[in-house]
Amino acid sequence: MSGLFMLVIRRDLMLAMRRRADVLTTLIFFVMVVSLFPLGVGPEMDMLRKMAPGVLWVAALLSSMLSLGRLFSADHLDGTLEQMMLAPQSLSMLVLGKMAAHWMVSGLPLVLMAPVLGIQFDMSAEALGILIVGLLLGTPILSMIGGIGAALTLGLRGGGVLLSLLVLPLCIPVLIFGTGAVEAVSTGLSVASHLSLLGALLVLALAFTPWVTAQALRISME
Amino acid sequence: MLEVSNLACSRGDHRLFSGLSFELHPGQIMQVQGENGSGKTSLLRTLCGFLMPDEGDILWNGGDIRELEEEYYADMLYLGHLNAIKDELSGLENLRISAGLSGVELDEKEAIAALRRMGLKGRELLPTKVLSQGQRRRVALARLLVSDAKLWVLDEPLAALDVGAVALIQELIAEHLARQGMVIFTTHQPLLVSGMEMRTLTLTRAGSGAGGRMA
Repeated sequence: MSGLFMLVIRRDLMLAMRRRADVLTTLIFFVMVVSLFPLGVGPEMDMLRKMAPGVLWVAALLSSMLSLGRLFSADHLDGTLEQMMLAPQSLSMLVLGKMAAHWMVSGLPLVLMAPVLGIQFDMSAEALGILIVGLLLGTPILSMIGGIGAALTLGLRGGGVLLSLLVLPLCIPVLIFGTGAVEAVSTGLSVASHLSLLGALLVLALAFTPWVTAQALRISME
Repeated sequence: MLEVSNLACSRGDHRLFSGLSFELHPGQIMQVQGENGSGKTSLLRTLCGFLMPDEGDILWNGGDIRELEEEYYADMLYLGHLNAIKDELSGLENLRISAGLSGVELDEKEAIAALRRMGLKGRELLPTKVLSQGQRRRVALARLLVSDAKLWVLDEPLAALDVGAVALIQELIAEHLARQGMVIFTTHQPLLVSGMEMRTLTLTRAGSGAGGRMA
């Protein structure tokens, strides 16, 4: 069971390494969007500090949408997805592997890049720490919820836009608690409640999204 | 043993076939015939569980394939129109991954031996995007060599293959049948398996009477 999970992760990471351009576009998009705000809004420290968590989280949300379309579509086009569905192990496990690989390729680089970008907004060290923890908990949820959307829009023309329309509203709770945690630091409130809610969302997503995505894939294959 | 009884299948509003029944026993091979659009691929995809039949049952060793799921998938191998190989990966990596997906751990030596038997000597480590159409098909077909599945479902296995490769596939099918395997396939090219009785199933357009005829 876990053998298949690891196999899928290894395979997807290997493929990502062979097509580095795809990985870099997501990361560069994230950096660009975040960097545009200080340039556009102007160098008022107070305002920048205040909007930093929101900007970083929204940018992370948008850039993770960018790569979601590719989560299943490449495998669908060349027939690999058919073979995956015929694997003599649980399809949910395999889907979870694909989501994990997607996060490592498109979510983890954002988490690592976020503190560097946060400095542009004059965020305090403590706020940066909480931002990273929040993103670490939150970005996997984005990959998992996105997986459902990617599976449902598989093979549709203009699926990319539809995918964003489907997935973005579902990501709002993640956005609220993620930015809430960072704001709590600056107002001196406890961050524990926000982070535990993010953690709860992560556990919930881990439990249900692979199964839902697997069912959505079966529907899309008909 | 594969049992299909009273199977009906449609795409959209169009009924492809209905009342289709047949059995496939160990050591038997069956060719599905019919003109373009008669539902050959849909029949094979229904046997894989990708398509829901409108009516009828598909039983594997007495159990419904929809309930057996993984147990059934461990016993079957499907090769469709699409090669299911990744352009960026080499033949070797592709074969090891696809074998891994079907639950067979393959070491490098075994994989290279299989690719060589498919006539890809010296091409094992090249990314498959530089290979020709026929060579890519050979990489995909190498799965037949490393699989221990009992039932092979092959959709146009001979497409894009040259004479030598066709002979090799015929040989592989004969070996598989001799091991008490089962094969169900479609093709538009003649495929001769020596010493085996070839059963055929002809799909006719639903409008023109019977949905399927066994010979």
